[in-house]
Amino acid sequence: MSGGARIWALHLALVAMLFAALFVLPTYHATNLARIMVLAVFAMGYNLAFGYTGLLSLGHAMFFAAGMFAMGLPVWHWGLGGGPALLLGLVAGGAMAGAVGLLALRTAGVSFMIVTLMFAQAGYLTILYFGQVTGGDEGFVVDAAARRLFGFDLSSDVPRYLAALALFAAAMAGCLWLVRSPFGRVMVAMRENEERSRMLGYDPFRVKLAALVISGVYAGAAGAAYGLLFGYVGGSFATIQYSILPMLYVLLGGAGTVLGPFLGALLMFYLIDITSGFTSAWLFFVGAALVLLILFAPKGILGTIRERGARWLP
Amino acid sequence: MAALMETEGLVRHFGGLKAVDGVNFRLEPGEIHALIGPNGAGKTTFVSLLSGRLPVQAGRITLSGRDITRLPAHARVRAGIAYTFQITSIYPRLSVFDNVALAVQSRGAADIAAGVAEALARVNLTGFDAQEAGTLSYGHQRLLEVAMGLALNPRVLILDEPTQGLAAGEIEGFKALIRSLVPDTTILLIEHNMDVVMDLADRITVLNFGRVLAVGTPDAVRADPGVQDAYLGGHHAAG
Ligand SMILES: Nc1ncnc2c1ncn2[C@@H]1O[C@H](COP(=O)(O)OP(=O)(O)OP(=O)(O)O)[C@@H](O)[C@H]1O
Ligand SMILES: [Mg+2]
Repeated sequence: MSGGARIWALHLALVAMLFAALFVLPTYHATNLARIMVLAVFAMGYNLAFGYTGLLSLGHAMFFAAGMFAMGLPVWHWGLGGGPALLLGLVAGGAMAGAVGLLALRTAGVSFMIVTLMFAQAGYLTILYFGQVTGGDEGFVVDAAARRLFGFDLSSDVPRYLAALALFAAAMAGCLWLVRSPFGRVMVAMRENEERSRMLGYDPFRVKLAALVISGVYAGAAGAAYGLLFGYVGGSFATIQYSILPMLYVLLGGAGTVLGPFLGALLMFYLIDITSGFTSAWLFFVGAALVLLILFAPKGILGTIRERGARWLP
Repeated sequence: MAALMETEGLVRHFGGLKAVDGVNFRLEPGEIHALIGPNGAGKTTFVSLLSGRLPVQAGRITLSGRDITRLPAHARVRAGIAYTFQITSIYPRLSVFDNVALAVQSRGAADIAAGVAEALARVNLTGFDAQEAGTLSYGHQRLLEVAMGLALNPRVLILDEPTQGLAAGEIEGFKALIRSLVPDTTILLIEHNMDVVMDLADRITVLNFGRVLAVGTPDAVRADPGVQDAYLGGHHAAG
């Protein structure tokens, strides 16, 4: 089997397993998995910026929330349907990332981190300030009538799971295709040696802006889908916590690997789910997991596996 | 004949240090032009101005008559000016293939794999494709960087001390490689190894304290008393 075929086979196998899981798992876990798949799309987007292009952003909550609100507000105020609303969310995520990138990408490293954090904070405060329109702190429930896609009711378990899986599969295929494309190589080149890349004829600003916009489209799609599938839109999704979550997923699963974000989201979700079931100090376990990770596998789980032999892993 | 590249009164100071101080320079199409001078003469700074890595403080640069003084570095590369760094600059964690592929795809080549194979063959690195670039020997890393420059198919290839760290046998191969590139590619070569310079160069520019001390054929430059004082005499006596 050629390298490309093996890679696609592995990723298709994961999609097939996730499909099969729907028939095996109890509803509680299937719903969890649907959440995890949507969050993994968010993390995949984060990974394209951070893991592949080397852009350490602390502002991705803003792109997630942009997608969520661009989906939810037209539904709430004007009764827009689920499908167009979802598309609107995806576009909003990309547009927001483009606007932020135009300004923030004039900085790099720690400054970039701080600038994106400030933008995201400003975004959160904007949502609160216009609480009349946005629902503010309390948020709002997405009207059941809008939670339909191609005639399926997204508030019931099976269609919801399948919608999450479809989004996840599309996002993963897109990600895999992108990172194996010539542009994916240029993204990595920016991360590895920006000066060399510039002297090979690549404009660092344009490459990073493009990567950030793609990343924002992923985040926006995830935010819109999250609101649509689980029926709630709220300002809490624009807080710093939602900028840090995808970073944790990516670090745990392996930055710069296609499957890392999913693996990280899966493990972190259940780590929190299980520990918070028997202690209120669940953050302690998250912290401990991160310390262990940094000590024993600083490249994350899949990053370490790739380093230890599976060099072909994209 | 019109110059391929030309500078007029090019200036770059670092504080009080006049690294490049009013340099007029012509690069003729198809020539191998060597840039020599003592350590700190301003050679790297001068070519950094040509390639756009450093902004110009005063003066003008043209490429085929077009003013490129304010053109950003990446755009100059696209216009045909390739630069290999004095301090090796590759992607150490990427494969040799990916390193060269980045150059090949930058010029818009349709068949990336073929372009990579060709560039690697020219520097005798065929078969190293899959190796992580950072694990190559120092000499091979230098050659990889040259391959990346070649793979851009540049009009002007600027090489900043390319033979530094190469073994004697590799230097012979390198000289043959450079000869094979002209006249399609014009070469601007910074080099401390005088045998390489005298062997390869059609013309030589000598820099000293950021100014042009002499320009001419190897024989003329060798015979120039000012050059002998400032550079060649001391260098040969020491070597
Ligand atoms: N970024 C910089 N900031 C301050 N001074 C610099 C900078 N770059 C170069 N210089 C100084 O400018 C002068 C010229 O340096 P340059 O590197 O151009 O010399 P060179 O001719 O390439 O020398 P070498 O043969 O050692 O490579 C030196 O005195 C150097 O210390
Ligand atoms: Mg130098």
